[in-house]
Amino acid sequence: MRYLPLTPEDRAAMLNAIGASSVDDFYQDVPMSARLDGLIDGLPNHQGELAVERHMARLAGKNRTASDGPFFVGAGAYKHHVPASVDMIIQRSEFLTTYTPYQPEIAQGTLQTLFEFQTQVAAMTAMDVANASMYDGSTACAEAAVMACRVTRRKKVVLSGGLHPHYAAATRLLCEAQGIEVVELEPAIDGELDLANHVDETTACVIGQSPNVFGTVTDLSPVADAAHAQKALLVSVFTEAVSLGLVTPPGEMGADIAVGEGQSIGNPLTFGGPYVGLFACTQKLVRQMPGRLCGETVDAEGERGFVLTLSTREQHIRRDKATSNICTNSGLCALAFTAHMTLLGGKGLAQLAQLNHEAACDLADALEAVPGVKILTPRFFNEFAFETPVDAEAVLAMLDERGVLGGVRISRMLPEAGMGNVIIAAATECTTHEDIAAYAAALKEVV
Amino acid sequence: MGMQTIGRPTTPVSAETGTVQTVSGSKGLLQHEDLIFEIGDVDKTGVDLPTPTGRTDRLGGVTRKQATGLPGLSEPEAVRHYMRLSQQNYAIDLGLFPLGSCTMKHNPRLNEKAARMPGFADIHPMQPQRTVQGALELIDELATWLKTLTGMPAVAMSPKAGAHGELCGMLAIRQALMARGEGETRKRVLVPASAHGTNPATAIQCGFIVDEIAADARGRVDMADLKGKLETTDDIAGIMLTNPNTCGLFETDIKEIADLIHAAGGYFYCDGANFNAIVGRVRPGDLGVDAMHINLHKTFSTPHGGGGPGSGPTVLSDALAPYAPVPFVVKDEDGFHLVEDMEREGAEAFGRMVAFHGQMGMFVRALTYMLSHGADGLKQVAEDAVLNANYIQARLKGVMTPAFDGYCMHEALFSDAFTAEGIETIDIAKALIDEGYHPMTMYFPLVVHGAMLIEPTETESKQELDRFCDALSAVAERAAAGDEGLKAAPYLAPKTRLDETRAARKPILKWTPPTPEAIAAE
Repeated sequence: MRYLPLTPEDRAAMLNAIGASSVDDFYQDVPMSARLDGLIDGLPNHQGELAVERHMARLAGKNRTASDGPFFVGAGAYKHHVPASVDMIIQRSEFLTTYTPYQPEIAQGTLQTLFEFQTQVAAMTAMDVANASMYDGSTACAEAAVMACRVTRRKKVVLSGGLHPHYAAATRLLCEAQGIEVVELEPAIDGELDLANHVDETTACVIGQSPNVFGTVTDLSPVADAAHAQKALLVSVFTEAVSLGLVTPPGEMGADIAVGEGQSIGNPLTFGGPYVGLFACTQKLVRQMPGRLCGETVDAEGERGFVLTLSTREQHIRRDKATSNICTNSGLCALAFTAHMTLLGGKGLAQLAQLNHEAACDLADALEAVPGVKILTPRFFNEFAFETPVDAEAVLAMLDERGVLGGVRISRMLPEAGMGNVIIAAATECTTHEDIAAYAAALKEVV
Repeated sequence: MGMQTIGRPTTPVSAETGTVQTVSGSKGLLQHEDLIFEIGDVDKTGVDLPTPTGRTDRLGGVTRKQATGLPGLSEPEAVRHYMRLSQQNYAIDLGLFPLGSCTMKHNPRLNEKAARMPGFADIHPMQPQRTVQGALELIDELATWLKTLTGMPAVAMSPKAGAHGELCGMLAIRQALMARGEGETRKRVLVPASAHGTNPATAIQCGFIVDEIAADARGRVDMADLKGKLETTDDIAGIMLTNPNTCGLFETDIKEIADLIHAAGGYFYCDGANFNAIVGRVRPGDLGVDAMHINLHKTFSTPHGGGGPGSGPTVLSDALAPYAPVPFVVKDEDGFHLVEDMEREGAEAFGRMVAFHGQMGMFVRALTYMLSHGADGLKQVAEDAVLNANYIQARLKGVMTPAFDGYCMHEALFSDAFTAEGIETIDIAKALIDEGYHPMTMYFPLVVHGAMLIEPTETESKQELDRFCDALSAVAERAAAGDEGLKAAPYLAPKTRLDETRAARKPILKWTPPTPEAIAAE
């Protein structure tokens, strides 16, 4: 077996050195009734690299990729170009095959990149501080809600009608388990500002999203003001990190906590994971943050170095008093994010964001010209909702037959919302004029 | 006229011992590297993008006011930046990484190759399901392996990491209690003192209260304490128990514990972090487990990546299976499909834990690994992991103090009883760095004084184990002799000991531009 270095002679010599007669001796504490004779039934035996690779290639070959044709699927995960050097960097053994940097003297590589990651995320979100990542945007959102309850010592959170339904579900689950009341506003394409009407003296936070799940961009400043007037917090969510290069970021709208999905920068789609949750907040809330934080310090010789810090918030120190149970986060995805951001720089990010917006504008122009199509999203970044006279599931199926993956139907995420004919479509820098023309032509045939 | 020396072989001259100061801050091959904010430029970028037209008419004025101010680097500069930083990291690919409870085994490169196949890496979670049948089949195939290896009837695939799997299992328990009408009355979760910190933290996240149970002198659950708790309380929700436990020992009374908890009306959550010790040899389903997460990044070789991503599929017993979270994959005559809503097959689900379907990239790697090893190879994995740990324990027990008598499972645990006054576990750990090794897990589990938990895994050769034991033995002897030189170790690492107290006192969590005064002072 190619991954096992011990030879039969090694094993015999080692058993001899230990004074054991066989490995069975080590399993003597296993109850008799749970001891297995021989191999577990129903599984194949070992295979060589070639056979395994063929098996995996066969499965991979059954999937249609985002590069196989015109592709407009978004709704929380986005098809972007990842520079070749980013994937090379994250495959460096020293990053790929190391652990959480608990021994800082031999983990400065990981730690310095995390410090750079935190600085980039704080700047992009226009917040004071960011942590070293969460699992993904949806779990970051749930953690933000329970953090707001800790900070305010209140037990009610209000979710906008434009919050990504999966984020709302993950948030509701964690909150309800902790006895926190969750108020969800009715699904609304342009309803983020309605949060301002649903905050009172018992509200811990309101959670709004921009761009929201329908693609609508909103300046949440009035919501921040309303929340702060009641000593509640504004949690500002985004699922498209590239938008931060062009759209008003959470910090410019008065957000107290900013959370979002970082997949768009440096990370491939990979059917939904692993992704990288971004989590940032104001300076005064830092000690209530979940997750790991990397901080600057000096070594015994006075040289600058980096360590994990404020770990008294964390489960391995504080156990049942911890701010979260999170341990492993998304280290390597955060590295991909920061490496891609380092290549882009602020200027490149702004340019990339502008290109995304322009692609979506071109798409909207083209689809709007199709008879019967109505664009519903009033202001958008790179994604928008539109309506046709035909059921969205049927439209998407017919587009698929014509080689176009046309987006996500709202009814897949919000079956009860009465938006059966509504599709959300995204365009990015990967979208070509030909893709857009193909979409418009196909849509014309099916509606 | 001196002799022409060009092209002649050099003869080394013995260098004077002492510190060499360099102008660059580099130390030979080890390059000094500043932060990107110090070496980059806000006008620079390492990507070539088309020129935009500048159109913003559909944004409605919701535009960013202040630029990020972030610098960029050209590609050669960026690659060099990360290359230099990488060389300040220890990694499995450099040597043995004996972090107990972390299972730092070799990460096969075939796994990485498979995960990068466009059919896995370049598919979107919300594509029509018709177009991702291979992905759904892979999830189903991996689920079958996990269920078969654990002897459990169901598995929730969406948890993102081990602690998230714990959350999944405990939320399933909470839902089952609610379905019995006992959600509000059963709140007590028993957690051994030796447990991972994630266990009590998870229980609290789910609205439970934590009641700690003691360890006995053999490093196992103190059965008298457990029975006492069960007799004097009537609000048991369940127990969270790691098996093999964090002392590296199999819980001898595990079936009795399961029976007692079930008789008390509670459920048995097993922390599966240490599954590597028993995979292919023992099925948790035969031990009375109701829920157990499996760290794909431990037992099934997906890379740790400097702190994730992980993946924590959670197997569930018949009692908990109906409450598994959405989404999940089912198969019918039309092929595979996802149950995403809490209706029909998903009607009893406790909810949704995450956007999308779990850590697909990790699923691909884990299945690749499982297929490579097969049922026979995985059994050998467990046996070699346990053999390696016992070999280390046998080789070191003469110089270090084993925490408990008898054989261990996949990790060997020592206390600091052998060290001289003034020498601590951390000093031994840091001296090990100078010997070229990552330290063992320190000060965990909490039930052993100055604990040193060593998990070699099965992917180490006998030669590497011997080399490691030689190094650690020498360090341990210095610790026993009270060698004060250990206190300042490491001497040979990229950095000397870092001031963690200072970092926490006034946290600096991001780079800020130097003030004009600071620049003037330089």
